[in-house]
This record gives sequence, structure tokens and C-alpha cells, in this order.
Amino acid sequence: MRVVVQEQPFDIGAETTTFAAGHKEMGAIVTFTGIVRDLPDDPLQAMEIEHYPGMTEAALTEIAQTAIDRWTLGDALVIHRYGRLVPGEMIMMVATASKHRKDAFEAAEYLMDYLKSRAPFWKREITDAGESWVSSKAEDEDALTRW
Amino acid sequence: MDVLYFAWVRERIGIPREQVETSAATVADLVAELRLREERYELAFSDLTALRVAVDQKLTDFDAPLGGVREVAFFPPMTGG
Repeated sequence: MRVVVQEQPFDIGAETTTFAAGHKEMGAIVTFTGIVRDLPDDPLQAMEIEHYPGMTEAALTEIAQTAIDRWTLGDALVIHRYGRLVPGEMIMMVATASKHRKDAFEAAEYLMDYLKSRAPFWKREITDAGESWVSSKAEDEDALTRW
Repeated sequence: MDVLYFAWVRERIGIPREQVETSAATVADLVAELRLREERYELAFSDLTALRVAVDQKLTDFDAPLGGVREVAFFPPMTGG
């Protein structure tokens, strides 16, 4: 398992290649990448992501370990950025490796659902109209109940 | 203990962290103490349903005991991903 919390961009191609290379016995690699999305009605200048150093790494590691145990994954990777990002930039990625695709897909969804509302990150949107903290969504909390 | 604030809680209180001398037994008791300090604390802690708390970097709830605790953090619901 690898958990990375960093300010600088990451190379999704290189990360995926490296992740896949170590797992000959795994038949499925699933990756998900989150991108800073522009806002059509109120153009986004930047998104600032704050986090809780120390707890962030611990929370992501715990979430990834739970996924590895539950789906018997060969491996899991979580990369999440913080700091100032502009639309189109990659915020985060997860990758899962398992023998078969169903487990890899499910585990990747689980990782995404949990890191959205259980890892200590906070997004702030900066637009022409002003700055505001992104509110959590009830649907993100509800998403956890399916697991 | 160290008390940390993140996102709009940090902005409302005006500092990211501070050392607090307290004999509060639980997180809720600590919140009650902080609220009595100044209006900015009262404002930040006015609606606990809008807040989350971590004790020694573990997510918990406001009933959590504080015996032996080194670090308490207050923040809004998380928005990662």
C-alpha cells in the first residue's frame, strides 16, 4: 500500500505503470482520478485544499487498509494533493489491484466514498464572485451506508 | 493540550492552533469552556451539528473523554476527493 499527500502534481501514467508493474498475480487494476472541475455559471479561478498533516496520512492509510482486507486486494494506492489548484488539474487518484475486476472496481469506489467524507481535507473555491468553503453533501454521507 | 482549528473554524477563531490549559472531562466540556472565552469562539461553536472533532488525530464525537489527550481538532465536515 502507498499513501501520498503532496502539494505538487503527480503523473498518472507513471504512477499507474509503477503500480501495475509490481503485481503479476493480479488480473485487474482499476484507477480513478479526480480533476478540478470548472463552474459553468461562475468561472473558477482556483481551488485551495487545506488538510490536517498527520491525521490525513493516518486516515488515508486506515481507509486503504480496510479496503485491502475487505476485498483481498493485492495492493492499493492513494495520492491526494493539497494547496492551490486550477481547473483541469488532477486533485487525487486511487488505484486498486486484485485478481478480478469486480473487487478492484468495488474497492476503488469504497476508497473514493470514504476519502470524500472521512479524510481531513477541506476545499475552498475562488471565483470572480468571491471565495467560499465547499459544503459537504448529504449524498456523500449517504454513500457510506451502502458499505 | 493543543487545540487545532481548520477551514472556516480556523477563520472564525482567527488562529490555526493554540495551547489550552483545561481540566475538561470531555470534548463537549472543552467546547463549553471555549465558548465562554470570547465572541469569536461562541460564533465558531454556535452550531455543533456543523462541526466535526478529532481527538489525537482520530475522528470521534463530542462525548469523547479527554484524559491523557494531547491534541484536539475542530473542523467542518470534510470535503476530500
